[in-house]
Amino acid sequence: MSIKLEHLNYIYSPGTAFEKQALKDISLEISQGEFVGIIGHTGSGKSTLIQHFNGLIKATAGALYYNGENIYEEGYNMRELRSQVGLVFQYPEHQLFEADVLSDVCFGPKNQGLSQEECERRAKEALDLVGFPEKYYQQSPFELSGGQKRRAAIAGVLAMRPGVLVLDEPTAGLDPKGRDEILNQVEHLHKSTNMTVILVSHSMEDIARHVDRIIVMNRGEKMFDGRPKEVFAHYRELEEVGLAAPQVTYIMHALKARGLDVRTDATTVEEAAKEIIRSFHD
Amino acid sequence: MIRDITIGQYYPAKSVIHRLDPRVKIICTLLFLISLFIQRSVLGYGAATVFLGLVIYMSRVPLGFILKGLKPIIMLLLITVLFTLFLTREGQELVHFWIFRITDKGLEITVYTAIRLIYLIMGSSIMTFTTTPNSLTDGIESVLHPLNKIKVPVHEVAMMMSIALRFIPILLEETDKIMKAQIARGADLESGNIIQRAKAMIPILVPLFVSAFRRANDLAMAMESRCYHGGEGRTKMKPLVYKTRDYLAYMINVVYVLLVFFIGRFVSFHIWIF
Ligand SMILES: Nc1ncnc2c1ncn2[C@@H]1O[C@H](COP(=O)(O)OP(=O)(O)OP(=O)(O)O)[C@@H](O)[C@H]1O
Ligand SMILES: [Mg+2]
Repeated sequence: MSIKLEHLNYIYSPGTAFEKQALKDISLEISQGEFVGIIGHTGSGKSTLIQHFNGLIKATAGALYYNGENIYEEGYNMRELRSQVGLVFQYPEHQLFEADVLSDVCFGPKNQGLSQEECERRAKEALDLVGFPEKYYQQSPFELSGGQKRRAAIAGVLAMRPGVLVLDEPTAGLDPKGRDEILNQVEHLHKSTNMTVILVSHSMEDIARHVDRIIVMNRGEKMFDGRPKEVFAHYRELEEVGLAAPQVTYIMHALKARGLDVRTDATTVEEAAKEIIRSFHD
Repeated sequence: MIRDITIGQYYPAKSVIHRLDPRVKIICTLLFLISLFIQRSVLGYGAATVFLGLVIYMSRVPLGFILKGLKPIIMLLLITVLFTLFLTREGQELVHFWIFRITDKGLEITVYTAIRLIYLIMGSSIMTFTTTPNSLTDGIESVLHPLNKIKVPVHEVAMMMSIALRFIPILLEETDKIMKAQIARGADLESGNIIQRAKAMIPILVPLFVSAFRRANDLAMAMESRCYHGGEGRTKMKPLVYKTRDYLAYMINVVYVLLVFFIGRFVSFHIWIF
């Protein structure tokens, strides 16, 4: 499994006063089993970019290859692609519609043509995975709290067992515990099933903690693409485009400036702690 | 996809038409619509075409954008056209096959009806394209103000209308988002027979209604928390004042309507295209 973008461009409402080039000449490749983070300022084109991954919007120019096949070719099986690449939208709770949570989560698997029992089995598994309490399975999805709705909606996509999971700010508006739970589960899934995960987030801490690779978007263009340490080393440039490095990176820089002999590339609290302790022992 | 529907949208541009007083635009649009119905001659429609063309040109809204607004009424247009074409019995017969017959009169009426409908939509969408919902409400309220005397809640009606107008693009955007989310979950909206398709709409309609009610609720709350209590004693930050260009626009419009009226009245000869 791999997703490959070649010189992808996307323009909203071309030919009108609302014309807006949301993506400019994006080329990148994501291979099987990667955990990729996408960051960028508000309106930088992250959501637009990820909607290309399962063919929901068609590039104005450029090509997208899934497993080496051009998805814009005549007769390409889009439904198959969509069940392979699971996309969880920003604010996914707005897609809930069934009378109870369990049936709603079953919607995806049902569309894949699975039997009722298999649908329910997968739905329960997915709900369990996102930490959705079992006592609410029969509840109307409209009577849940925001965070519970979010979990139900994410489960709705997980139940389809996609090979690639794309999450658009899955944790916006959740409490810290809920946020960690969901991301830890996603990471667990990624490790145990070798699922490819693409995570859009505004939290540098979450990104630094979970992903192996960061893609930075700026005004519709790809600005950086690399391992977290490499990308966050450019923290000055990131600040110029309205982003930042994780807080600990700043602390490490400040410590170094005050004479402590530490390396400055730590991006998570654990790493930073280890590095500081090491510097004391030396 | 669904974003192509442009009725009720505002198209930002800097033009004379955009700057006109909303009252002028409302009244002139009304007069234009009336003018479409008091004429039945090529000359009259020629005048309407020139007038509409001029306004569109001056408004700087691309023609393609306005034409896109016609898409949703294509069905209605087709039905109207077919019915008038086949069901008009008067006049001389042109074609006859099986139970259908087309007469010259029927053909004429059909062409005029189609033009009327299309101009009707184009004329009124020019108004909404060039007027922000806010000033549209102001205009409606001010134009209908005399009805206050007979206890019509003009301010409330105007407010309701402008909210409804404003909500059209928002709901379309929302529909687009929900459709995408359900398609991403494997929903199939395109294939199947009519019943299957209607069923496939449920996952889109339910969240749409829920969100519409939620939005309405939020809006009501937001209005109340800013002490909105209807029109009584409410003053305006920017009261509407006529400027020279507004009087000019009225004049041009009146001249146009009079022209159309006299063409319909006195130019008795009938130029028939076919
Ligand atoms: N449906 C649309 N029609 C027109 N323009 C759009 C549409 N959706 C997004 N845009 C524009 O495209 C650009 C990129 O939007 P996008 O939603 O991809 O940003 P984003 O990076 O996801 O931002 P955020 O962090 O706020 O979610 C923005 O400038 C936005 O105004
Ligand atoms: Mg976004």
